[in-house]
Order: sequence, then structure tokens, then C-alpha cells
Amino acid sequence: MADDKEREGTELVVAEYHRKIKEAFEVFDHEANNTVDVREIGTIIRSLGCCPSEGELHDLIAEVEEEEPTGYIRYEKFLPVMTEVLLERRYRPIPEDTLLRAFEVLDPSKRGFLTREELIKYMTEEGEPFSQEEMEEMLSAAVDPESNSIHYKDYIAMMVVDES
Amino acid sequence: MGSGTSTQHHFAFQNAENAFRAAALIQRWYRRYMARLEMRRHCTWRIFQSIEYAGQQDQVKLHDFFSYLVDHFTPSSNHERDFLNRMFTEERFPQDAEMEKPSDYESIEVPDNYTGPHLSFPLLPDHATALVEAFRLKQQLHARYVLNLLHETRKHLVQLPNINRVSTRYSEEVTVCGDLHGQLDDLIFIFYKNGLPSPERAYVFNGDFVDRGKDSVEILMVLFAFMLVYPKEFHLNRGNHEDYMVNLRYGFTKEVMHKYKTHGKKILKILQDVFCWLPLATLVDEKVLILHGGVSDMTDLELLAKLDRHKIVSTLRRKTRKEKGKPAPKKAGAARPTPWFLPLRAGSGGAPRAGRSSSLPCGGPAAPDPARRARRSVDLALPGCPQQGGSAPSGAQGEPERAAPEADPEAREPPEPTREEWKQVVDILWSDPMAQDGCKANTVRGGGCYFGPNVTEQLLQKYNLQFLIRSHECKPEGYEFCHSRKVLTIFSASNYYEVGSNRGAYVKLGPALSPHIVQYQANKATHMLTMRQRISRVEESALRSLREKLFAHSSDLLGEFKKHDTDKTGFISLSDWAEAVESVLRLGLPWRMLRPQLVSSSTDSMLEYKSWLKDLAKEQRSRENIQSSLLETLYRNRSNLETIFRIIDSDHSGFISLDEFRQTWKLFSSHMNIDITDDCICDLARSIDFNKDGHIDINEFLEAFRLVEQSCPEGDASDCPQTTDPEDGDGSKPSTQ
Repeated sequence: MADDKEREGTELVVAEYHRKIKEAFEVFDHEANNTVDVREIGTIIRSLGCCPSEGELHDLIAEVEEEEPTGYIRYEKFLPVMTEVLLERRYRPIPEDTLLRAFEVLDPSKRGFLTREELIKYMTEEGEPFSQEEMEEMLSAAVDPESNSIHYKDYIAMMVVDES
Repeated sequence: MGSGTSTQHHFAFQNAENAFRAAALIQRWYRRYMARLEMRRHCTWRIFQSIEYAGQQDQVKLHDFFSYLVDHFTPSSNHERDFLNRMFTEERFPQDAEMEKPSDYESIEVPDNYTGPHLSFPLLPDHATALVEAFRLKQQLHARYVLNLLHETRKHLVQLPNINRVSTRYSEEVTVCGDLHGQLDDLIFIFYKNGLPSPERAYVFNGDFVDRGKDSVEILMVLFAFMLVYPKEFHLNRGNHEDYMVNLRYGFTKEVMHKYKTHGKKILKILQDVFCWLPLATLVDEKVLILHGGVSDMTDLELLAKLDRHKIVSTLRRKTRKEKGKPAPKKAGAARPTPWFLPLRAGSGGAPRAGRSSSLPCGGPAAPDPARRARRSVDLALPGCPQQGGSAPSGAQGEPERAAPEADPEAREPPEPTREEWKQVVDILWSDPMAQDGCKANTVRGGGCYFGPNVTEQLLQKYNLQFLIRSHECKPEGYEFCHSRKVLTIFSASNYYEVGSNRGAYVKLGPALSPHIVQYQANKATHMLTMRQRISRVEESALRSLREKLFAHSSDLLGEFKKHDTDKTGFISLSDWAEAVESVLRLGLPWRMLRPQLVSSSTDSMLEYKSWLKDLAKEQRSRENIQSSLLETLYRNRSNLETIFRIIDSDHSGFISLDEFRQTWKLFSSHMNIDITDDCICDLARSIDFNKDGHIDINEFLEAFRLVEQSCPEGDASDCPQTTDPEDGDGSKPSTQ
């Protein structure tokens, strides 16, 4: 009996996940033929609540791509993979304080800010480097024009408010 | 190596690794943030588009309604009959060129204290340039000059063929611009960036010059002036908004009457005619076809070139006057076909997404599906579409294929276009491209088709063309290629939905007619905003519209919610909420993605729907003495209401009598199956008549209920309620880049 209830519960959850995934997918299904450009998959996955790294994203794409990559991802392949990701709660978003600590690592002398040049250096040379476009966009929002630096605590607070 | 150094190395390595990991974390977080922003941008776009297209469908339905009334309604009293007569015989008919009266404007005096631009005819290039400059300085052209210019414009247009021809042998460059929709800043910017028109610099403006934006009049003046000055190099195509019926709804009529209180009516009258005389398409070097909407699998350029374009007064209604003879005999029985707005069956609304509706091909035979039938583009203006089997032809339905001019006592008026002619024009003014092969009715717009790559290919081959340039659809980047780059959409009204919503673009045709696109966004303020801020702004505007739409359907929503609330707990799951909302609104929007912005109180996964609906209502300002259900109905029919008012207000005075209001509302609500008692209507009418003189000031009424759209066409942009964003600048008028 309990098993049945549990299964039913999971079924409901899966059904709801399916609907969410379908919605997100459809936003980018411009030709209304159940395919999206592979370059939009990252956006779709991230907007469903996941926070994969670029490397993890590439692995995921490899799972949903055709055997001979066409540049398009089909919904039929995407749905089961994405459902698993959601059920397993893979690629969880980063909590605010973890993010703060990451910035603090880059600011060992604990000034409370990073200079523009420092941010550029880290973001374009370390980790999974930003493209020029990404860098410029981040700078436009993050840099305080008067001090030419990024007060990361304020920046994080601002971005988090925005999310909710 | 000493242990000291290796420890140093170790720490150094550790630090480097930490820095690497920290950077990776920040990047990972940031990319997710940007992805969500991107998703919001797309959803916002979808909201705007679906609301816009739903509105266009509405428009068509409204005119279906009037057509139906004209041909089938048996007035129950002389009073009603007179009322109807007045409503419809006021539809003006295009006049012959000989009937133009120069005395229309010659008698108008330009006062000495007039500080605006002066025009004299024949126009010189300097006049046209001066006009642009004057408008840039926010001056207004005097009514006398407006009328004079329009008369000269009509004289010129009458001589033009249906399809303009441009040759790059004479003008070295040809620039094609898309929809402007009354956004003068964009036009000024284009001339600034690309250069003014000249014999060496040809321009083609591809329709939709007016409506929505606040400077439609000025745009027309500039375009017409340059056309008169450079007739060989400056070309205009008609768009679906160059149509007096569409103008009634989308703001141009309002703008004219507001700017020209004394002479506005005259201006509108001649404009109606001018619009009918606009050419339908332009051909560059016999290779590039430029037209406003698109094509269908039946598009016949030879027929289009031959037909009398002047006969097509409005693409919304084929017939321009009341049906001759008696109205259709009322038949009790199933043989009578039912138009869409009479109670049919549930689920007769369709998903607006292109490609998802399984409608019929344009040229195909009648469909068996009753719900689809009434919306086929071909039969828009035909009341009692005779597709339902077994319907007996009546006086109204048995229309002649061709009106016989000789037998027609009112021979002055041009005969009506044939069905075929009308359809050809509707197709090129209203169609949209789609990704799949084929050609099917454009149910989203209510007119024209969706045409696929094979239709394009077929047309290009048939007429030996290289590609098609069209407009009609707003694109985030201002342009978009499709059909393997055989179709280019060009849209020149930047920030169309909202400040920051999209770029505008124009295309220059270079040697061998290769297209070169130039993009822009005519608003300094947006450049200083980050992407996040731009998206927030536009999004907030879209959400406002959406919330208003939700409110307008409160009763239906409540009904749907209750269905999901089987245990009558007052709560439903958020998943049910999404389903219910879509089944009522039918906008095809990603409701689960939008939910966080629409349902603020979701602490867990259940929603107390009654209080949610109450919150929605609170947001909309309302008059206390009006029942909320009535308000809701008004909101839902707001655009229709405004259009109806303007039709009733045939002399454009801005006033309608209480009686007219009551009559119309009664007719409208009974045919829309809205349940409103007579008393309610009387109360409503009386409460609107603020100074109790028996007349309703339309604008006051609409303002009072916030039924006027947020982008006020009159006055300064700074007058309009905008989000109080400190980054907004000083609220001064948007300037060109």
C-alpha cells in the first residue's frame, strides 16, 4: 500500500516536471517542431533551476545530442534526461554564502572589494573563462563607477534580490 | 629542496587551486543568472506578442460582428433601425479624384502667430527637409498645409501602378525600411544615420507608418513630402495599418482628432482615400519583391498588378456598404449557419501559436470543423459563411461575384472588389512566414496566411525573383532572415512594445542586390541600462498587461479554479493554476515559468485562489459605484469598446449621447452573450455622464477606467506614467542616438 502511494507521489512529481520541461523547451522551439538549437540548451537547463558548470553542460549535451550532431536537440531525447536531472536534484544552485566565500577567496586581504582589473583577470583567465561579451555584461552591472571596483557583498545582494 | 620551499609551493599551489575553484564557482553562478534573464526576456516577448495578436483577432471579430449586424439584424423598432443606419451609412466611401475640393483647404487661414513650418506647392526638397527639422523641434504642421499636402499626395498616388518599380541603375543605393508605427524618432534617426532621400539615395517604406506610436501624422507628412519631391526614388507600400478601420482601434484616428480638433475630420476623410491609393508592392530590378505582409500559395502578381487597388477600402471588410435589399429571412432551424460570436461550443478558441493549429490550406475547400470555419481569412467579411452544409442562400448571402456597375444606381461609388481580388490584397498585407512547408490560414491575425519555404520558393521561381523583403512582424533584432535567407523581415520601430524591448533596423541593397542590415535603438536611456535593467523594465510592462488580462477574465478563472478544487478547500495546486489559466486565456504562454511573477503569495505549492483574484482586482483602479463584474467585462472588451465608441462617434466630436451608448452596449452585449441587465447599463451610462448633460465624453470615460493604453499618444512622453526608476534620467523625450 505504502509503495503504491509512494509511486503515485513520484508519478505526480514526474508529471509536473514533464510539464515544466515542456514549457521551457517550447519557449525556444521557434519552428514548433519539437527541436531547439543546441546553443539554447544551456539556457533551458539553467532556467529549470539547475546550475551546471560549462563542463557539466557539455556532458549533458552529449547525452541528448543525436549520434551525428545536427545542431538541434530533439524534445524526445531531452525530456527523459532532464527529468532524471531534476529527480536526482543534480547541479544544485549555489547558496549565497558560498558565493560570498568564493569572492573572499579572490580577495585574500579582505578589502571587501575587487578592482576592475582583478575581476577581469580572474574571470577571463581562471576557472571556465568568460567570453568578452560575458565579461563586459558583468562589468556593466557590477562595477561601481566611482571607485572602479566591485563591492562584491553589495553586488551579490543586488543580484539575489533580482532573482526573487 | 628545503621543506620551506616545498611548503611555499604547496601553499602557492593550494592558493592557485582555490582561486581557480572560486572563479569557476562565480562563473557558474553568473551564467545561470544570465540564462534566467534570457529566459525572462523570451517569455516577456511571448507575452507581448500573444496579447498583440489576440488583440488583432479581436479586431477582426469585432468587424465580423458589425457585418453580421448589418446583414442579419432585424431592428425591433424604428429607433433601433435608425441607430443602425446611422452607424453604418456613416462609413465613408472613397471619392473620385475629380470630386476633390481644393476649397477644402484653400479657405483655411493660417494665423499670423503660427510658428510652425510653411509649405508651398509644388514642393521643393528644402521644404521636405525643413519639415523633418520642424518636427524634430516638436512643431506641428498647420491643418491647411496638411490638407494641401494630402491632396497633392493623392493626385500623385493615383498615377502610380499597383507595383512600384525601382532600378539600381539610377539610384546607386536602395534603402528599405519596415514598420514605423508612428515612432518619429526612429524615422529621424534613419535619415540622420543613412542620409536624407535624394536622387542617388532611393528609399522604400514598407507600410504600417501609423498607429500605436504618437507621431503618425508627422511621419505621414514627411513620407508624403519626400515622395512628392523625389517621385522616382521614394516609394511607399501600403501596410495593413493604412486602413481607416484599423486606425479606429489602434490610435491613429485618436491622434489626428487630438492634434487637429477643428479639421481632423476632413483630414481623416481624405486620408482614408489616400490609403486606398497607396501602391501594394515594390519591385527592385525585377528581382527583389518588397511587400508588407507576405504571400500565399495563390499569390498572383499579374492579378495584383491589374486590379483596381482603390476599391480595397479596408482589408477588414470586403463590403463597404450595407447589403442591398432585405436582410436574410430568419430561419428557424439548423440550416442557418452560426457565426463565431453566438454561443457555440466550449473550446472554440484556438491556440494562437503558429504551426500548432491544424487549419486548412488557404485555397482549399471548406473544412468540416465548425469552430475553425468562422475564422478563415478568406471569408472574414462574409456573414453567414455558407460553408455549413445545407444552408440556404438568402438575399444577403447570394452575393454577385462582381458588382455590376452599369446597373448600379450609385454608379459614383467604385464597385466592390471581387472576392479573389480582395483575398489577393489581404494575403500580401497580412501573411506571415512559417518554418514548415505549406500554406494555411493565419488564425492568429485573423487574416492572410502562414506561408512556408516551399511557397516562397514557388513564387520566386514563378516570377524569376531573388528574394522577398517584408515587414509586419516585430523582431528583437529589428530583422530576421528565414526560408534559407529568401525572406527578410525588416522592422524599423525600435522599442516597439516597451522601451528596451527591441532594436529597429533597415536594409540597404548593394551591388547584386546583396542586403546590408543596419540596426539601431532610438532611445539614449536604454543604452545606459544594463541588460538586467532593460529586461526588468520591459518585463514589468508585459506583466502589467498580462495581469490586466487576467483580471478581465476573473469570473471565468474563478469557475475554472473551482473545477480543480474538488474538495472545496479554497486551495488549488500551482500546477492546476497553470492549467486553469491557460484554458481560460488561451494565450499559449509558459505559465509555469511566469508563475513566480504572477502569484506572489506562493509559500508552498498551494494557492488560495479567491484571495489571489481579489489581489488582481485591487491592482486595477476602479470606480466604487460600478459592479466589479461589469468592470471586468469592460476591461475584457476594452479595445472593442473604444473602437465601438469611435464608430458611434461618427462626427469625431469626442462625445456620444447616453442613448447611443446604451443602445450600442445592449446590442454588443447581447450578441456577445454577456449577461448585463438593462438597469445596470443605465446606471453605468449615467454614472459616466459626469456633468449630467446627456453626453459621454469618450476620452473621460476611457481614462476613468484606465481603458486607455499606457503609452498615451497625446502629450509628452514624460507625462506618461512610467516606472519610477532612478535610472530613468530626467524624463525628457527620448532622443535619437
